[in-house]
Amino acid sequence: MSLLDMTAVELAAAIKAGKTTAVEATKEVLAQIEAKEQLYHCYVTLDKEAALAQAEAVQAKIEAGELTGPLAGVPVAIKDNMCTEGMLTTCSSKILGNFVPTFSAEAVLNLQKAGAIILGKTNMDEFAMGSTTETSAYGETKNPWNPEHVPGGSSGGSAAAVAAEECFYALGSDTGGSIRQPASFCGVVGMKPTYGTVSRYGLIAYGSSLDQIGPLAKDVTDCATILEVIASHDTKDSTSVERQDTDFTKALVEDVKGMRIGIPNDYFGEGLDEEVKSAVLQAAKVLGEKGAIIEYFDLSLVDYAIPTYYTIAAAEASSNLERFDGIKYGYRTEDYAGLHNMYKKSRSEGFGEEVKRRIMLGSFVLSSGYYDAYYLKALRVKALIKKAFDEAFAKYDVILGPVAPTTAPKLGESLADPIQMYLGDIYTIAVNLAGLPGISLPCGKDSKGLPIGLQLIGDCFQEKKLIQTAYTYEKARGEFPMAAKEVC
Amino acid sequence: MANIISDETIEYVGILAKLELSDEQKEQAKKDMGRMLDYIDKLGELDTEGVEPMSHVFPVQNVFREDVITNSDTREELLVNAPEEKDGMFMVPRTFE
Repeated sequence: MSLLDMTAVELAAAIKAGKTTAVEATKEVLAQIEAKEQLYHCYVTLDKEAALAQAEAVQAKIEAGELTGPLAGVPVAIKDNMCTEGMLTTCSSKILGNFVPTFSAEAVLNLQKAGAIILGKTNMDEFAMGSTTETSAYGETKNPWNPEHVPGGSSGGSAAAVAAEECFYALGSDTGGSIRQPASFCGVVGMKPTYGTVSRYGLIAYGSSLDQIGPLAKDVTDCATILEVIASHDTKDSTSVERQDTDFTKALVEDVKGMRIGIPNDYFGEGLDEEVKSAVLQAAKVLGEKGAIIEYFDLSLVDYAIPTYYTIAAAEASSNLERFDGIKYGYRTEDYAGLHNMYKKSRSEGFGEEVKRRIMLGSFVLSSGYYDAYYLKALRVKALIKKAFDEAFAKYDVILGPVAPTTAPKLGESLADPIQMYLGDIYTIAVNLAGLPGISLPCGKDSKGLPIGLQLIGDCFQEKKLIQTAYTYEKARGEFPMAAKEVC
Repeated sequence: MANIISDETIEYVGILAKLELSDEQKEQAKKDMGRMLDYIDKLGELDTEGVEPMSHVFPVQNVFREDVITNSDTREELLVNAPEEKDGMFMVPRTFE
């Protein structure tokens, strides 16, 4: 078995047992990047020398017994919207094309303390605004299952890097599905934890009330292990939640007897691809055979989640992105006449189309005269959506459905019609509005050979039920090899 | 299209958003925003009378701490990222004429 085929947990165990070293693993993954990166373009920034230097330092600490954790010595890729001290952090935007942070995101620091080796920064939709990774200012990432298709987004580089074995695992961020949807399109496992579980300190904000960092990995065990490492209470993030139950790996138990699983009828209506539908329902059947109680129910309000989300996310984005002004960091225009013209020109030249579209919409819905009708209205509907989930979780432990209505679309097919692209977020977006945890894992392939994702949604703070259900399904399903093994 | 965005509105949004748009971009932005608002208007179908707007999904409280400095002076490092700096400060264009 090649080192590259190992999961993160398997690799750390092999390093610990002296069967290989962090340096050896880093060299292998760098060689894989060398061979595949030109085709897939998963990364915006790579620092091979720094990765090897980290690997040597980490290996020494492992041998000295100072690093003993389940991820020690494993190379990781970080989405390019998380600050990394001394390493370029662009958010895949021209406006941050030269930004080198002076500090690292808390989630990245937590990984480094656990002995992670940072390979580089992965490509994404600009400022995480998009569902295909095509809005990146640095070119598109290709889906390793078929390079004519998108990897999904916005964490498309992270998902593709895991699938192409250009890293052992990756961090992503999820504002409306940006971890779960690319995980689904690339045939990997991705998890968005409960809002507040992972510190947002050092995550460049898009929609602050919705953003969460989470893992993209080869299997459920890796996912639970990574989440356990990155979850922490952080006083530098005022919405960070103090939790005692972050020992997520305890939930890696193969048992769903009596687990109440609800399937929303409204997730299986118009627009859902037949092959996706049948693969997801087959997964539900597998869980039923393992002893879970499967029931159908009406979640309600599903069609209202997307307009609610785009109102709130655009409003928060317009406020968050005000900081990019050409003064403190990032791009400044060459020619300008006075301060305000400098702001306007720097921002107009530095931001891409989708980002500008959302900033303008956000500015509009927050402007006086429209604030009540649009922004407050959306916050009221958000309360109704949260209530609908509360009622569902009074009856069920887990909600099961698809991640996205289709498998990965072809490159170039999505951006022409933004609203059509937004509709692809229909099953993931409400989870962010309600602050819930969700996991996406592979449950089959369509006739084109593209992966299909199964989504499990839990009540707030119930990650363990999700992990247990996902783990049990994964065991029953059997191995789902990475794209690198199947098609590359 | 139910929502027609006027030239005045897109001009005003440009000021709020601090974005400069060409005439062509303005026309496109008017169309895009109109379509998006038509779509968002779907929320009007729901009766939200008496529903409190929800900012946070969890009950959150103000987080207080003592006003004690915990970080060190990183002025030099921070200024490295500035497009222009002078005498240890961010340099901005003339603000008053």
